[in-house]
Order: sequence, then C-alpha cells, then structure tokens
Amino acid sequence: MSTVASERDAAFLADIRRIADEVAAAHADDVDREARFPAETIAALRDAGALAALVPADLGGADIAFESVAAACFELGRRCGASAMVFAMHQIQVASIVRHHGDSAWFADYLRGLVSEPRLIASATSEVGTGGDMGRSVATVEAGADGGCSFQKQAPTISYGVHADDLLTTVRRAADAEPGDQVAVLTRRDQMTMEPKGSWDPLGMRGTCSPGAVVTATFPAEQILPAPFAVISAVSMTPVSHILWSHLWLGIATDAFDRARAFVRAAAKQKPGETPPSAIRLSHLMSELTLLRAEVSSALTSYVEELATDDGESLQTMASALRYNNLKIAASEQAPRVCQGALGVGGIMAFKNDTPYSVGRHLRDTMSACLMVANERIHQTNARLLLIAKDV
Amino acid sequence: MTPDIRQILKDHARLSTDAATLDAHTDLYQAGMTSHASVNVMLALEDAFDIEFPDSMLKRGVFESIAAIEEAVSTIRDGATA
Repeated sequence: MSTVASERDAAFLADIRRIADEVAAAHADDVDREARFPAETIAALRDAGALAALVPADLGGADIAFESVAAACFELGRRCGASAMVFAMHQIQVASIVRHHGDSAWFADYLRGLVSEPRLIASATSEVGTGGDMGRSVATVEAGADGGCSFQKQAPTISYGVHADDLLTTVRRAADAEPGDQVAVLTRRDQMTMEPKGSWDPLGMRGTCSPGAVVTATFPAEQILPAPFAVISAVSMTPVSHILWSHLWLGIATDAFDRARAFVRAAAKQKPGETPPSAIRLSHLMSELTLLRAEVSSALTSYVEELATDDGESLQTMASALRYNNLKIAASEQAPRVCQGALGVGGIMAFKNDTPYSVGRHLRDTMSACLMVANERIHQTNARLLLIAKDV
Repeated sequence: MTPDIRQILKDHARLSTDAATLDAHTDLYQAGMTSHASVNVMLALEDAFDIEFPDSMLKRGVFESIAAIEEAVSTIRDGATA
C-alpha cells in the first residue's frame, strides 16, 4: 500500500472509530430494545463517505483497502453489532459489483454515483422453496415485450430491505434456465415494490430488521451483472461475507471480553493485593478470544493474497471454498462462546442488562452467527467438497 | 476419451439434455449440472481415467464443458507420462 493510500485508509478508520464510539455506541441499546434500524449510525457512515469506501480510484472512489473495510466491521461490531452487520452486508454487495461489473457502463456509472450520492444496498439472495441453497433460484428474469425485464421473488428474509436504496437480487438467467444458472440484478427503490411478509422480533441482531418480503421489480437488462452468479459467489460474495461477518463477530466478542476485563479490574481495586477469582476465568477467556482472532486474521490475509496473486482465479477452487467456509463455521461458533465466557466472568453483573459489564446483547447478537447461512448446510457442502479436494 | 466422458456425464451430471448428443462446448452448468453433481462427475473421471485432479484444477471452469474436461484429463495424463 502506498503512503497516500495508507493515509487515506488511516483517515477512513479514524472516521469509523469516531462513528462507532460516538454514534453507534450511543444508540446500540435502543436499537436492540426496539428492534429498530440503526438509522443514526448508517446516516453518519453515509455522510462520512464510508458507503462508497471500496469504489476504485478510476471511478472516483476512495479505493479503501479491503483490509481496512474488514477492520471497520470489527470497530463497528465492538459498539453495535446490528450497525456493523448492516455496514458489512452493504460492503459485500459493493465488493461484488466492483469486482464483477466487467465492462458494463451502467454499473461503472452506478459506482461513480455511489461516491457523489451514497446509496445503501441490501440483498435478496435467499428464497422460499430452495431449502436455503443460495446457489439455486426459483425466481427468474422475465423478458418483456419492450426489451425491459422483470422478476418477482419471495425472499424469506431481506435485511434492512425497507431502509435500503437499492437491492441486489439473485434470479435465474431466463425463464427456461436451470435453477443453478443464476444472475444478480441490481434494482433501485423506484423500480421495485416490496411487500413485507411476517414480523421481526428476533433474539439478536435486532437492528438489522430482516423480515421476509415479496419483491417485484422491472428494470432494463443492463442492470444484470455480466458475470454468472456462481463466479460472483465463489470469488466475492461468499468469502467476503464470511470475512466481514467474522470481523464484526470478533468485534462483538472483543467488547464482551473488554467488559469482563473491566469487571475484574473493578473487583481487584476493591481488594488491593489480591488476585480476584474472576481473573483466572478472564485468563481462560483470553485464550478463547485469541483463537477467534487468529482464525479471522489468517483468513483475511489469505483472501487478500489470493486476490493479488492470480486475480482471484484460485478463489474458484474447492480448497478455497473450504477455507472460507471453515472460517464462517469456526468464527460463528467461537464468538458466542467468548461472549458466554464473559458472562461467566462478570456473573450477575454481566447478566443484568443495565450495568457497564452487561453482555446480554453481545451473546444474543453472536448467536445469530451460526444461522446466517446455517452451519449445518455449510457442513453438508464441505462434506461433499472433501470427497474430491486434496490438500486442505 | 470423449465417449467415456459422455457416459460419465450421463451417469452423474444429471443434465436436463442427453449427454450423448451434447455439443462439446455446451456449458454443462447451464445444462443443469449442479455443483453437487459436479463432484460426482469429478470422482467418476478420476476413477475412469486413473488420475487425480490437483486442487488447482478443482474449479468450475475446468469442468464447464466436454471440451474443457477433455483438455483437463489430457493435461494430467501428459504431465504423468512426461
């Protein structure tokens, strides 16, 4: 990274930390309690230009490094898990568009516009009737008589759908295409309707506001990303999702650990000269957190290396799929484990929702991790890949 | 080699069209081969041709058509006899 780029990245991360500390932290409990969209945090991120962070320089963007965006997810996660998740999901869509828009003039213009007038992008990749398999679609691009296109999709969840400006949706390429022959379509708010389905009162990640919806959209064909979704998914969407999610889960777990440590320090101050029993538990907890941090960090390093060495070609291999699937499984299991450990350190003071040591929200938020693409489904995929992959 | 590949596709790829008459350059994924089925195709190819695909070749593009599979099998065989 050049000096100019590293200064730009440092300024970006300073902005993110300020927003995390001053805005996200201030509203996190209310967002959680009311299961409402973290509007203040997303507005601040929008104003800071953070929504367009990944737009490359040749399209007028800040060209912030992927590592810095991952670090931003971690920082936001420490203060408000739901804010971090909305930010992460938006960046997953941007990263996918940046990497796979090819020579599409429409998408190049769209990315330029993201810089001058930031827009929040949600996604509709899951679908009723596919058994949770993102690699298959029922909904399809329908070609209209006037050369326009349309689709209708029943999505069991769309995170912050009604709060987003645009939506990236997976659908079959054409009415006669196989379920696995998918494309991704970006539609703007004024091109679609979303009919909400069901309610939103979940255990954790309450601020992501992810009820289901039936989406109906009409759009010109140029808003279909040129690359097959299978390639977008392998090279960008899946590894980027798993890396950014795991960074924010690490952020949540790190804050839970910090709260446990604050509890132990307070206990130590009350009885100077004695090591409180909770300090031993904190030591155990530190080793759990370290495992999580190591896995998250090594996956990020290998992804950035893979992208740099052969332009992402190796990301299409099964060995690579296994690598980032493992990250997701490991991080999604380890993060709530750390939060539960923090509960064990702080005891009743951590269990109560209104103390400086409370970790209830952290625990509940990280418990969503194993469901975001169910771990058992990922194990099924891995089991199949392991039949043929050699050096994993 | 091609008849063997076509037979393997017929047995394992679960295509929506007949593998025997498929054009050598038709995209097998667009013809209905799922990623699940593609693993079975790979295993059958390794067994039939007594080869092992290295990890670097275990990706979508290498198995996307009959022509691509032929090329991949040849590459490994040439490498083995060289």
